[in-house]
Amino acid sequence: MSSKNTSDKPVGVVGAGSFGTAIANLLSKNTDVILYARNPEVTHEFSRTKMLQGKFLGENITVTNDLKFVADHCEIIFPIVPSENFPDLIDGLSYFIKPYHILIHGTKGLIVSNKNGEQDDQMQITKDDVYTMSRLITEKTLAVRVGCLAGPNLAKELSANQPAATVVASRFNEVIAEGQRLLRNDWFQVYGSNDLVGIELTGVLKNIIAIASGALSGMGYGENARSMLISRGLIEMIYLGKILGANTQAFLGLAGIGDLVATCSSKDSRNFTVGERLGSGEKLEDIMNTIEETAEGINTIKIMVRLIKGQNVRAPITESLNKVFAGDMTIHDALRFLMKSPFSTDFDFL
Amino acid sequence: MRKLTRKPQIIDTTKRYDSILSEGEVWPVVRMAKNRKEFMESVIDESCQRIKKLRPGLNRLVEELELTRYLERLRYKINPWKVDPDDEVPFWDNVKTGLVEIEGAERLKKQELADEILHDIVERYVHEITGNFKPSHYQLARRIIKFGFSRLLNASRIKGFSALWKGDLTLQDKIQITGETEHLRKLARIGTVVMVPTHFSNLDSILIGWVIHTLGLPPFIYGAGLNLFNIEIFAYFMNSLGAYKVDRRKKNLIYLETLRTYSSIAIRYGCHSLFFPGGTRSRSGKIETRLKLGLLGTALEAQRINYQKQDEGRHNKIFIVPVVTNYNFVLEAPSLIRSYLEQKGQERYYVEGDRYEKSGRILKFLIEFFTKGNNISVSVGRGLDLFGNFVDDEGMSLDTYGNRINTRDYFIFKGQLTTDIQREEEYTRMLSEVIVKEYHRINRVQSSHLVAFTAFQMIRRKHKNLDLYSVLRLPYDEIEIDYESFRKTFSKVRDGVIELFNKGQIDMATHMTNNIDDVIELGIANVGMYHTNRPLLKNKKGDIITKDIHNLYYYHNRMDGYELEKYFR
Repeated sequence: MSSKNTSDKPVGVVGAGSFGTAIANLLSKNTDVILYARNPEVTHEFSRTKMLQGKFLGENITVTNDLKFVADHCEIIFPIVPSENFPDLIDGLSYFIKPYHILIHGTKGLIVSNKNGEQDDQMQITKDDVYTMSRLITEKTLAVRVGCLAGPNLAKELSANQPAATVVASRFNEVIAEGQRLLRNDWFQVYGSNDLVGIELTGVLKNIIAIASGALSGMGYGENARSMLISRGLIEMIYLGKILGANTQAFLGLAGIGDLVATCSSKDSRNFTVGERLGSGEKLEDIMNTIEETAEGINTIKIMVRLIKGQNVRAPITESLNKVFAGDMTIHDALRFLMKSPFSTDFDFL
Repeated sequence: MRKLTRKPQIIDTTKRYDSILSEGEVWPVVRMAKNRKEFMESVIDESCQRIKKLRPGLNRLVEELELTRYLERLRYKINPWKVDPDDEVPFWDNVKTGLVEIEGAERLKKQELADEILHDIVERYVHEITGNFKPSHYQLARRIIKFGFSRLLNASRIKGFSALWKGDLTLQDKIQITGETEHLRKLARIGTVVMVPTHFSNLDSILIGWVIHTLGLPPFIYGAGLNLFNIEIFAYFMNSLGAYKVDRRKKNLIYLETLRTYSSIAIRYGCHSLFFPGGTRSRSGKIETRLKLGLLGTALEAQRINYQKQDEGRHNKIFIVPVVTNYNFVLEAPSLIRSYLEQKGQERYYVEGDRYEKSGRILKFLIEFFTKGNNISVSVGRGLDLFGNFVDDEGMSLDTYGNRINTRDYFIFKGQLTTDIQREEEYTRMLSEVIVKEYHRINRVQSSHLVAFTAFQMIRRKHKNLDLYSVLRLPYDEIEIDYESFRKTFSKVRDGVIELFNKGQIDMATHMTNNIDDVIELGIANVGMYHTNRPLLKNKKGDIITKDIHNLYYYHNRMDGYELEKYFR
């Protein structure tokens, strides 16, 4: 497959946050890119400074705030916006999306959409109420050829052209092949997987553990503690993933353990940072008010706790963090609780 | 009783449907029958091409031929059937000789010889698969069914010989057709319909054949299990009704590809087709939850090829129409559930046998069917495109907001209409999920299904420490359900069904809303009514007992998949 096919249309990236911009820059090495920013001021600023997120963009990147323009000109679109904005984006996009569009999203969060329209965010929910972004896309638009991006891809390192790898997951081989062709370069390796749901969920669930890992750092603990957390956390992720229909395998690959290690150790991870501030004694409310971009893990924890309510699932890390969020437990009590957890076996999921 | 927010469809059994084609118009299926030879040639050619594409290179093709010969030999040695032709052994011996010849031949000659053997095998398969549809036979068979059945029906209902010749009652009183019948008729006029019914009984083919005829549709071609042709009465009707033969014992690539090609070309030809996507009859009595994707995939492929040909003609678009058959009684229930339990319980290898009910037993059943009250209903679902979208009466695909979709776009990649087998497999899988959902949605609950479900669940709950197999081994004198508590529970479950019905997640017969005692009475009277040992009966005290818990389990399974078990916790 040629990477410089002149008949190729530009590729769309929807979302001009740090990750979206980094992906647009990566793509621009192989193809023309149209980058959508919701906020007109951003496009304005770009046309003035030629910069986004403090970075110069590739010359073949066009910035727009017109969704129709993106859908009309691009057959392949990468939606990369926080999960909380995803439903609105999909609502807007659904008018323009046709069955020939390929959507590869990079959003590591979940959405609760209760068919009964219940707004109570404490209420128990079922598996059917929890949407991954790919499910949201396929149910709300005409797109069927859908994929996701997941892996240890800290935006800052990607922008600095450091070596990295990612996973493109889709049930469709052609989506994987296109994702690989468009993203791959000398410093960026792209693996493929057919386990869309599994890969999506690894990316989503690792954020829970990243918050916990940040909290350990915030409390001043070192690598023994972190390793304990990462390995216990992986097991918890697998249990939670299984409820939503994921297989174990996905968690053992680059998007699972790979991403987990990266986000559990890096101050560039938003989720890690949230955890670190919790660990140093800040309240969730204050943290939320001062972070610039969404930390998906917070929302994921809340959703997963509602999902496992009344089910016989062991998720002590998730449940303890939820109590810390609600102010029902201090972060130190949460750690003490975890240390006392009566697990007699190391793992039993294989 | 819970309040109804919509009403169950009342079936108008007096409604008559005219033929959808005006006089002089030629049905594609008739055209195909007339050009039978030409049609078979094109199937042979395309099949050979496909197989050679799947097994490129001489060595791989020869390997495949050898494997096929080996598997075929195994089949006729281990599992021979009455319908198998007499020349099996000489034919495959010939293939063997041919394969030996290849080994010794010159390099250039080798390919030629291999192609020849492939052609011979495919040709043999095509001849076996191809049905013997003759328009004149169709008319006759149709008349026999219509005439014979309605005579029988009237004679039994209105006693007396003279009644034999009065046509007061028709089959439509016995077999009720419900759902989107007009919609189906419209679709059959503007495109090619692929009907995908649930499969519970060997009678399904005849039943659906009758429904197709009653709705004024041209005959549909369909793949019927070769074993069915062991039974003379079925063989006659099926040959006449446009059946082609499917041999489930043959799992070799050459056979499967030939079968797929046959189906695909027939659909492209514009022949309305019928698949039982569940593959075999439901052993457990559950509505299918997993479909076989092979034949369904041929419909998708045919659609793509239609678009590739850019033929904007009349038969360009293909529609999938799910159909659910609702029986109170399934003749084969005892043997089906036995084989289901054997398979599940002991994981014992189950040989697909050819021992089916004898013609005599079937006739006896048919007579009983017409002389006793046992209504069958057939629910016709809304048409779908190959991608799981509903279509409107004009055959246009609609998205969830009601906007029209250009379905050609599903095959577009970078602006081009492309062939991608893996993509199509995925589409087929997605379509099968939609069909399963539709089955559950249009399933028309009868009182007989619900009494069986309630009774079996109550028995299980009472013996909750026992596993399923132990429950099924309980002595019958230990099983007695007090009527009052049955009534109470049944009422709760019925409310559950009504709730699902209100949400449009299930369909329901009109009698379901009658007085609760009447509903239970009717259900008990109808469920598995012709089995020697009845699944449900009332004893002298008026309490509920069973004489065959396996059958009760079978009929209970019909309501599986609606989460109604929650009313028993």
